[in-house]
Amino acid sequence: MAAHLKKRVYEEFTKVVQEEVTTKKLRLTKPSKSAALHIDLCKATSPADALQYLLQFARKPVEAESVEGVVRILLEHYYKENDPSVRLKIASLLGLLSKTAGFSPDCIMDDAINILQNEKSHQVLAQLLDTLLAIGTKLSENQAIQMRIVDVACKHLTDTSHGVRNKCLQLLGNLGSLEKSVTKDAEGVAVRDVQKIIGDYFSDQDPRVRTAAIKAMLQLHERGLKLHQTIYNQACKLLSDDYEQVRSAAVQLIWVVSQLYPESIVPIPSSNEEIRLVDDAFGKICHMVSDGSWVVRVQAAKLLGSMEQVSSHFLEQTLDKKLMSDLRRKRTAHERAKELYSSGEFSSGRKWGDDAPKEEVDTGAVNLIQSGACGAFVHGLEDEMYEVRIAAVEALCMLAQSSSSFAEKCLDFLVDMFNDEIEEVRLQSIHTMRKISNNITLREDQLDTILGVLEDSSRDIREALHELLCCANVSTKEGIHLALVELLKNLAKYPTDRDSIWKCLKFLGSRHPTLVLPLVPELLSTHPFFDTAEPDMDDPAYIAVLVLIFNAAKSCPTMPALFSDHTFRHYAYLRDSLSHLVPALRLSGRKLASSAVSPNIMPQEDPSHQFLQQSLERVYSLQHLDPQGTQELLEFTIRDLQRLGELQSELAGVADFSAAYLRCQLLLIKALQEKLWNVAAPLYLKQSDLASAAAKQIMEETYKMEFMYSGVENKQVVIIHHMRLQAKALQLIVTARTTRGVDLLFGMCEKFLQEVDFFQRCFIADLPHLQDSFVDKLLDLMPRLITSKPAEVVKILQTMLRQSTFLHLPLPEQIHKASATIIEPAGESDNPLRFTSGLVVALDVDATLEHVQDPQSTVKVQVLYPDGQAQMIHPKPADFRNPGPGRHRLITQVYLSHTAWTEPCQVEVRLLLAYNSNSRIPKSPWMEGGEISTQAETGIEGTIPFSKSVKVYIMPKPTRR
Amino acid sequence: MPEIRVTPLGAGQDVGRSCILVSIGGKNVMLDCGMHMGFNDDRRFPDFSYITRNGRLTDFLDCVIISHFHLDHCGALPYFSEMVGYDGPIYMTHPTQAICPILLEDYRKIAVDKKGEANFFTSQMIKDCMKKVVAVRLHQTVQVDEELQIKAYYAGHVLGAAMFQIKVGSESVVYTGDYNMTPDRHLGAAWIDKCRPNLLITESTYATTIRDSKRCRERDFLKKVHETVERGGKVLIPVFALGRAQELCILLETFWERMNLKAPIYFSTGLTEKANHYYKLFITWTNQKIRKTFVQRNMFEFKHIKAFDRAFADNPGPMVVFATPGMLHAGQSLQIFRKWAGNEKNMVIMPGYCVQGTVGHKILSGQRKLEMEGRQVLEIRMQVEYMSFSAHADAKGIMQLVGQAEPESVLLVHGEAKKMEFLKQKIEQEFRVNCYMPANGETVTLPTSPSIPVGISLGLLKREMAQGLLPDAKKPRLLHGTLIMKDSNFRLVSSEQALKELGLAEHQLRFTCRVHLHDSRKEQETAMRVYSHLKSLLKDHCVQHLPDGSVTVESILIQAAAHSEDPGTKVLLVSWTYQDEELGSYLTSLLKKGLPPAPSGGS
Repeated sequence: MAAHLKKRVYEEFTKVVQEEVTTKKLRLTKPSKSAALHIDLCKATSPADALQYLLQFARKPVEAESVEGVVRILLEHYYKENDPSVRLKIASLLGLLSKTAGFSPDCIMDDAINILQNEKSHQVLAQLLDTLLAIGTKLSENQAIQMRIVDVACKHLTDTSHGVRNKCLQLLGNLGSLEKSVTKDAEGVAVRDVQKIIGDYFSDQDPRVRTAAIKAMLQLHERGLKLHQTIYNQACKLLSDDYEQVRSAAVQLIWVVSQLYPESIVPIPSSNEEIRLVDDAFGKICHMVSDGSWVVRVQAAKLLGSMEQVSSHFLEQTLDKKLMSDLRRKRTAHERAKELYSSGEFSSGRKWGDDAPKEEVDTGAVNLIQSGACGAFVHGLEDEMYEVRIAAVEALCMLAQSSSSFAEKCLDFLVDMFNDEIEEVRLQSIHTMRKISNNITLREDQLDTILGVLEDSSRDIREALHELLCCANVSTKEGIHLALVELLKNLAKYPTDRDSIWKCLKFLGSRHPTLVLPLVPELLSTHPFFDTAEPDMDDPAYIAVLVLIFNAAKSCPTMPALFSDHTFRHYAYLRDSLSHLVPALRLSGRKLASSAVSPNIMPQEDPSHQFLQQSLERVYSLQHLDPQGTQELLEFTIRDLQRLGELQSELAGVADFSAAYLRCQLLLIKALQEKLWNVAAPLYLKQSDLASAAAKQIMEETYKMEFMYSGVENKQVVIIHHMRLQAKALQLIVTARTTRGVDLLFGMCEKFLQEVDFFQRCFIADLPHLQDSFVDKLLDLMPRLITSKPAEVVKILQTMLRQSTFLHLPLPEQIHKASATIIEPAGESDNPLRFTSGLVVALDVDATLEHVQDPQSTVKVQVLYPDGQAQMIHPKPADFRNPGPGRHRLITQVYLSHTAWTEPCQVEVRLLLAYNSNSRIPKSPWMEGGEISTQAETGIEGTIPFSKSVKVYIMPKPTRR
Repeated sequence: MPEIRVTPLGAGQDVGRSCILVSIGGKNVMLDCGMHMGFNDDRRFPDFSYITRNGRLTDFLDCVIISHFHLDHCGALPYFSEMVGYDGPIYMTHPTQAICPILLEDYRKIAVDKKGEANFFTSQMIKDCMKKVVAVRLHQTVQVDEELQIKAYYAGHVLGAAMFQIKVGSESVVYTGDYNMTPDRHLGAAWIDKCRPNLLITESTYATTIRDSKRCRERDFLKKVHETVERGGKVLIPVFALGRAQELCILLETFWERMNLKAPIYFSTGLTEKANHYYKLFITWTNQKIRKTFVQRNMFEFKHIKAFDRAFADNPGPMVVFATPGMLHAGQSLQIFRKWAGNEKNMVIMPGYCVQGTVGHKILSGQRKLEMEGRQVLEIRMQVEYMSFSAHADAKGIMQLVGQAEPESVLLVHGEAKKMEFLKQKIEQEFRVNCYMPANGETVTLPTSPSIPVGISLGLLKREMAQGLLPDAKKPRLLHGTLIMKDSNFRLVSSEQALKELGLAEHQLRFTCRVHLHDSRKEQETAMRVYSHLKSLLKDHCVQHLPDGSVTVESILIQAAAHSEDPGTKVLLVSWTYQDEELGSYLTSLLKKGLPPAPSGGS
């Protein structure tokens, strides 16, 4: 006993010492940065040394208060330095430092300008101008400083180095004053016409400077300066520049001007006609779609999409390659050229010998180039590079959305794109078609081509096509029939498409009831005189047909008359089992289970929703029940909620979420009910399995609640964190009760208090809502807790946990539980995947994810080997596709490898949801401005498995020698 | 007068037998060396005797360039190099070098073994000829000799097809060969940079055609084939072994795979095996899609396309057969055509251009009865379709290329005269450049004004720069210096340096002029008056009055002396150096006008 006591005393003593150490640690002052730098730089014997010191220095962030000192040191050294590379580095450091938050760089200004004037090296000059740019951007409020910098820039514009001119133009673009008459200052500094100055450099001899000039002009536009229309002609000249980057920038500039002055009139060279500027610009950009450089082509094709004000006849020309006559001259010329065409002046390339040129009068009217918009999209869509084709498809999409006549016309071209050789392009064109499908009606031959794609082996393509068919307008009943037949073929070939095809037919039916009507007898294979055999109810193809018919019947009351008896039975069955696909029908004269539900019930009054609300309210209101009663009620409610979630898929999220919360509460209550607590002295026994397990489980549940549900709002997060805090408190108490020794406990106490502090900081705004809760009380006692010993803390916590009330969890509007299904591998194969040990085998993983936010960073694949080894794979962001809102698809490859096995065995593959609760901490501002990216904030704190695991049979063979 | 001379020996206002002679900067280059499909006599090869009557071709020609492996561009090569005799370098790209001998051998076999022609080149000759070939890469500048350099650009059309830039000094010619501006299923589009040649020699096969989008063509083609096959008919597609054949194969292969069709597709002749092998090898010359996916699966490894055996032609049931040659003028395609022509269920699809005189041309122009060898008459019941799959640029494509290269003038070859006429007019009208279309044997002479590079010493340049403002691209600047021409290079140096280099003493040239003035005063006073007059006029110049009574303006000396006869007249002696000519003459004219009346005592 004495020894024990002694030990305790000793422990107490050591603890005190520790505390002192920690406080001391906090008060440690940082050594002065500037002093250290100064010493380093003075030590440097050669420029290379100095450069090394500077590079090292640049790796660490500098606090706002010491920036000024550092800058002084750097400048001092700058004056002394002869080596341009060191000066360059110093200049760049000055620029970076002046970006530091909380530091006002106006004090550097004078020095920077001063050293700029004496600098000889072009590279250093350019860097110094860059520094000025940083300063100027920082002090964007200060007009005088901006003007000074602009003056400096203008002075150096005549420099012989392109780098310096580039920077000057960049400065002008970023800082050039926007208003012309701001010179209220008595200094009389004439405000320069920045646009004119920049415009002069459009004809610089260096292409890089020309590009910089155009970019500067675009920058001015972005900052809100209205560009003059005169720039348009200058920019047009640049379109024929020798360098692609200049042309690319010029295309952008032309686009900008065309958006600014769409209605101005510009003359057409070599004729006395005039057209709208936007039309002219459109023609010019269209011309760039056949540029020699694909970068320019992509740029041009992209921009075409956003030129909505262009006249419709110009727009339509883009799809007409054969129309070559210069349409801009006369409307009548347009008509005449068209006639020439229909009379076959140009060969379509499909008939032999029809391409002999006719008399010269006709050929004279034809203009082979300069025809602007003609055929731009035809060219773009058959470009060599798929990047251009995608850009062209996107542009088509945007233009078609704003003009329905154009949509009608571009349909054929889009349909053609369905046969592109690159899958991405096909996919993009299918999506585009879906977006514009409201404006168009598909002809049968178009539909035929579209449906041909259903046989595509890519699931993405097929699903995109199903989505397209959902919102397509079909003109004839043959079309509907064709679509159905092809979809059924698709279903037979790829059974996994079942759901997607059913959904597609649902919309197809409800959109075209009148076209489906004449098809019904054929589809149901009914006969006027004979009864036909009852089809198999489990056949997905038959269900597909019924889905189409029932959805059509919803708005076509005459249709049910054509049904045979078994169809009605099947209807009743499907209405129950696939309620999301089969609508409620009003079937006169039939007593069916579904007709009892009157169809005018609104979703808000849905009884199941009411039930949910009521059961939750019951729990929250009856919290002062005796423990036994509370427990029972909670158990019942949880059971109810789970059942409800299974029955009503739309309420599943809410129900599960609430159930999880209630379960946490139940666990907490149960844990606190344990006999363990009634014993006064700590037992240090392993009796409290239940309590510690409960704490652990609550923690898990809270993480799930926080990260597995989409649509969780801040008010729920508070409650969840609060619950977690309680769990942590419980853990602490249990540990205190079961563990000997105070070391561990002390650390835990510290940590817990930190957590509380963290909670307070994060949710300070929400604290008023947490009246009377655990944390509320805890924060009241905080000063006391900090000073008291662990044993005391534990005691306080225990009483508080028991007294704390059950917080009401407000339900969010929309909440969905994240879920994932692994489609591939199916886990049914008996043939092991054989590979040589030590090498890797690629396993294709295909999974659908529902309601996962930001899957690119959170979803991981886990592989569990039979020896217990677990491997976590981070899929590439490109492996995720987004086929619809809230849905994602993960198609990736997982590399497996292992040492040799004697016989095949199964590995488990499952998906994990990684989370990191620290991501909610607001970042401190100076960290962002630092030179070094703050690392380790995207680390993973833990993972939640959220899919069923799939077993894959593998067999690593020993290497053969 | 420097000039570029171009003489087409073949392909002038004609298709086939491409062979163009170019003389540029004293160098003679032969572009392509092809044969004509339509002739079986001497006319099938170009007339090489035009180049030199009696003398070796090697002495006259600096190099031969072959643009691609089609026989109408390289068919006469062994004849030219081995039988006529040429030992100089022959340039072509790697794929052309690989595939060309296969085609030549095939051609030889048909001519010698089938038709029994004598005096034709032998296999050994083909081999010997290929030994003279130098392979070039795309965008590689090859120095043929010290002055002549050539560079290849991608041309699409067929595997390995290239456009060539031929450059001597600052003069250059671009020869396009055959090219395609729209990409297809296996090749990309032709591309050239803004090289601004003096002359662009372009093909003009489709000078008057503007083709539909290729997707429509592809769809039409597939639809026709599909329909015929579903009817149970046979489809004959005459193709040349290489080029279009591969594109159509890829097209049909993917279609068969997608539609899950079972009808067999055959490809005639063992040539294909070898050819496809080369297509698999030269993946870098194909289009983006094939280049990107060949790691997973090489598109040229066909699953559905099998080798054809002669016996298959009589098999019942539908089938698709690709057979060579493409214009139905001989060989297997003609044999199969004869067998199938009588059945209206069958179909022949001509996917490319047919030269006049071939069976292909005849059936396309609508003949339903053909006279075959041995007075046989063949009645044609099968459907004849034409699909423009030929990978030549259409009118718009040609214009696009001209726009890309920005030549000073254009010359059209490889096309029919009346179609060329139309395109020529268009080019002249829209680019405002000269356009020529010589017939075979007709020479086009193009005067050029080559720019001559002159080296300038940095010191001189800097000195001249310092005097004026920055150089302005739009304004010419005057520069004083000495041009030294030595060993055919030109240098511009300052006059001092020139004197030093040439070891010459400097001579000064002075102009002296006398101006008579009516002034009765003394010489000193006159000089004084001149001084004050000039001082007031020439404010920018340094005017001094020297103690010996003379006046200087900059370096111009003015002295006043009494006239020996007339005391009332004074003679002003004005003397200036050659460099000050401008100022000197200005001063004299000023002084000739006389002095203003003196403020005191008028004269």
